[in-house]
Amino acid sequence: MIAPFGKRRERLLQLRELRRAGEGPASLPQQTCPACEHELAQDELVHNLHVCPHCGHHLRIGAHDRLASVLDAGSFREFEAKMASSDPLGFPDYAEKVRTLRKNTGLSDALVCGWGSIDGTRVAVAVLDTSFLMGSMGAVVGEKLTRLIERAGKKKCPLIVFSASGGARMQEGIISLMQMAKTSAAIERFSGAGGLFISVMTNPAMGGVTASFASLGDIMLAEPGALIGFAGPRVIEQTIGESLPKGFQRAEFQLSHGFIDAVVPRGRMRAQLSRLLMLHGFGGVARGSQK
Amino acid sequence: MALKNNARLTAAERVALARMPHRPGVEEYVDALFENVFEQRGDRTASDDQAIMCAIATFHGCPVTVVGHRKGSTIEQRMAFNFGMPSPEGYRKAQRSMRAAEKFGRPIITFVDTPGAYPGLEAEEHGQGEAIARSIELMSALKVPVICVICGEGGSGGALALAVGNRVLMLENSVYSVLSPEGFASILWKDASRSEEACEVMKLTAQDLLDLQVIDAIVPEPAGGAHEDPQTVFQTVDSYLRRALDEMQGMTGTALARERYTKFRSMGMHAQRRCR
Repeated sequence: MIAPFGKRRERLLQLRELRRAGEGPASLPQQTCPACEHELAQDELVHNLHVCPHCGHHLRIGAHDRLASVLDAGSFREFEAKMASSDPLGFPDYAEKVRTLRKNTGLSDALVCGWGSIDGTRVAVAVLDTSFLMGSMGAVVGEKLTRLIERAGKKKCPLIVFSASGGARMQEGIISLMQMAKTSAAIERFSGAGGLFISVMTNPAMGGVTASFASLGDIMLAEPGALIGFAGPRVIEQTIGESLPKGFQRAEFQLSHGFIDAVVPRGRMRAQLSRLLMLHGFGGVARGSQK
Repeated sequence: MALKNNARLTAAERVALARMPHRPGVEEYVDALFENVFEQRGDRTASDDQAIMCAIATFHGCPVTVVGHRKGSTIEQRMAFNFGMPSPEGYRKAQRSMRAAEKFGRPIITFVDTPGAYPGLEAEEHGQGEAIARSIELMSALKVPVICVICGEGGSGGALALAVGNRVLMLENSVYSVLSPEGFASILWKDASRSEEACEVMKLTAQDLLDLQVIDAIVPEPAGGAHEDPQTVFQTVDSYLRRALDEMQGMTGTALARERYTKFRSMGMHAQRRCR
């Protein structure tokens, strides 16, 4: 399903603006598709939402490009944009690493979240960005997400989270592990109060996120080819002493094993989310009687 | 290992103690502390994962539910229990057991002792991540008292899945971490042989975790470790459990769930700051 030309143009303009502000992806003139090895021009990639036009491979997409690809143009308002890690364990070299990454990526940590709308329906949305320490979940990711979930619960606002993460933030050790408990508990409350949570697994969604909030969606979506699992393929291969079958832990594998409702190509994500919101009584159709 | 004053042990030495095959595990605690034990088997869906033990029993006359990672002591047992590494079915059995505890108003006591959830092919096919996530989610909202005792290795999400309690206590030489020191060194430095170095920077000892306010109390161990004098350890754990249950006795289910939520909600709350 292709968005009307006007809307696509609007989104592209918004993307260009983001990039000018230094928040977009690094402006490489050309990139090679890791799947089919075609040379891809950067503007072609951006136009195609970082999906290879030759083979359909979904390349990694930055948090702000992701937001622009699903939200109504100009609707995003960032929440807790300035929260940064305080290096809770005093881990060697970590503070310096975070400082450098903040400067190079323009992100304060691995999660960007806030409020926006999809076809006019207000949503709480969070996106993990792999360019910041592989989207790993430390105290900042956990705390920002939990605040968003709690706020969304109060506002009776649907929640959409795009997960892309290697798992726990090693440099924050046990504090990182505790974010799994914190975020899962927040989802439980949100869900118990009737909130709608759509979890979108994108490449990769592993370890600590898969073993917490990301697996707890009312609706579970995934992008084609996304690696989704608890233990990493290398660890499993070492454990069982043999190589893994092709497609193991990919989105399509998770679909056939019953952990995903649908595999949705990036270009159709916005339309799919819009339909799901409508099916849960948000926007689109009139809502039923309250009593 | 020569008996060494516990206070002088390095983090790596504690990791070794936490992994000792003769260290008391859930079965020894069940034998020593509980009576009228009825073991619950199976997840009611596919199988019975023996790496997790679930039981109904009485504790000083009061019915409770006990759930814990089981490692076993003989080589046959250790293999049957997969060295304490649960499959998704184990976590689903634990969920069933804890849901029943909530239904019948039984307090839940968990014993945590696992290197981690099993990283195997079938475990992934059956949704290891989802099973752990559901356990954590369920425990966070239980309307009965939940007390967790980390008695050996607290390895990663596989440990946390049984460790979301109103009270979390740790034996002096047990460890609790985001990943095994070997896995940690391998991920961060691409070199599993640097695990001893990892032990020191990971902050995985009971004292570290008490300082970080991740746990509530430390159970002292006799010189040389818990296996040197298990009876003393059992008595200390017993009195801690009694006191904790007494403290929670008058609380409503909602208050218990709220207390647990607030406890985990605060973790890492101050591990962040404003940047410019």
